[in-house]
Amino acid sequence: MGAGHAHVLYREADSPVHRLPPEVKIAAMVAFTIAVVATPREALWAFGAYALLVAVVAALARVNARWLLLRSTIELPFVLFAVALPFLGAGERTEVAGLHLSVDGLYGAWNIIAKGTLGVWASLLLAATTNTRDLIVGLDRLRCPQILTQIATFMLRYLDVLVGEARRMRVARISRGDDPRFVWQLRGFAAGIGALFLRAFERGERVYLAMLSRGYTGRMPTVWQGTAAATSGQWLIAATVPVLAGTVAATAAVLT
Amino acid sequence: MEALAMHISNGIINGPVAAVFAVIALAAMAYCVMRGRQDLDDRLAPMAGLVAAFIFAVQMLNFPIFTAGVSGHLLGGALAAMLVGPWVGALCVAVVLVVQALVFGDGGVAMLGLNITNMAVIGIAVAYLLIAVLLRVLPRTPAGLAVTAFVSALVSVVVAAMGFVLQYQLGGTTDLGGNLAGLAGTMAVSHLFIGIGEGLITATTVVTVAKVRPDLVYALRALKPAAPVTVPTVGGVR
Repeated sequence: MGAGHAHVLYREADSPVHRLPPEVKIAAMVAFTIAVVATPREALWAFGAYALLVAVVAALARVNARWLLLRSTIELPFVLFAVALPFLGAGERTEVAGLHLSVDGLYGAWNIIAKGTLGVWASLLLAATTNTRDLIVGLDRLRCPQILTQIATFMLRYLDVLVGEARRMRVARISRGDDPRFVWQLRGFAAGIGALFLRAFERGERVYLAMLSRGYTGRMPTVWQGTAAATSGQWLIAATVPVLAGTVAATAAVLT
Repeated sequence: MEALAMHISNGIINGPVAAVFAVIALAAMAYCVMRGRQDLDDRLAPMAGLVAAFIFAVQMLNFPIFTAGVSGHLLGGALAAMLVGPWVGALCVAVVLVVQALVFGDGGVAMLGLNITNMAVIGIAVAYLLIAVLLRVLPRTPAGLAVTAFVSALVSVVVAAMGFVLQYQLGGTTDLGGNLAGLAGTMAVSHLFIGIGEGLITATTVVTVAKVRPDLVYALRALKPAAPVTVPTVGGVR
């Protein structure tokens, strides 16, 4: 359990973006997303500019485009919702390829797809370049209340406990003659979900008490923080992305 | 771990409404932090982490609602309210949402306020009110506890889904006209089914935990004010 605190989306690499302190990346990502959302949807060119920014950061972070696109499928349900909008929307209608579509609905669909995709890309880039431990260190340095970082730390720690315990219980069921296949294993799983929770809790409680007895006071020791706190130079470097995005958003707002 | 998004993503609700709900969510969370600090002792700290991990895992189970392209999933609000109480419970759900938005791109970062309001504030508040009422009305038996857990989970899921409909009416980026009622209907019916699933999972989990370690169920602790065991606060609480 000592290893493997990196999550599935983390891409082990060494790049300028990976080396930036986490708090800087989180702040830049949030600011960028807000700039994107604040952009009027009619300013099509602005979204092109944002995509270019994302592409530049992705190239700097050595994240390849294929991975980024594959992981973007996470927002598929909302794309489906967006596709329905031109048919459901009210108001003025227009004719596109023989279909009567709502103008407002078309813009709405574009709005959701463009802003949603850019937001997903931004968080994927953060996830790809920051492991979970650094993420919590970053939140802590951004003055996130300690109770929240504490819950987050335990959550990420216990996810592994939970998965491990579920695996053990599955092996135990199989070795006692259960034959899990496709949907039928759901029944066995559902019946054992309370037991799973309890077993995971008791294991987790032991981990927690062990941490307490080794001097845990609710905050991880400084050794745990891989990178030093951000310098003003690093803040400046990371600020380029949200500042550029903000400029684009402001220009778009003025022009439309 | 292939997951699909299910929280409100960027661009669905317009900026001003998102900002208003962000303020609401922030205020509610600040209050929960204050109250939660008093609750979080040595028994609750690992439990809060496990509840958050459990919700995180459970939210990965996602049911697409094909008719409207909206999807639903389990929320875990009632479970959190039951096991760690409303304050820490709301914080657990909020932490899950924040981590999902930051590293999974699930739910837009700019829409966090909306998602937190729906799932952490409305969902938990409804669930805990129901739990508080039902536990006093129903008999103190495992069956009574199961019914409490089931009903509170079911109702909180449907009400939280209605929170989205309300937000869409206030600031949906596309005017759906008369179709808004359709959206409300789809959300209500689909979340009714999700609520049944969530109710079953919540009831099984809570009853099992209450049988073996009743001291771990926050909602039951509140009923018996004279706690026999006083655990010294060592660390992790501030």
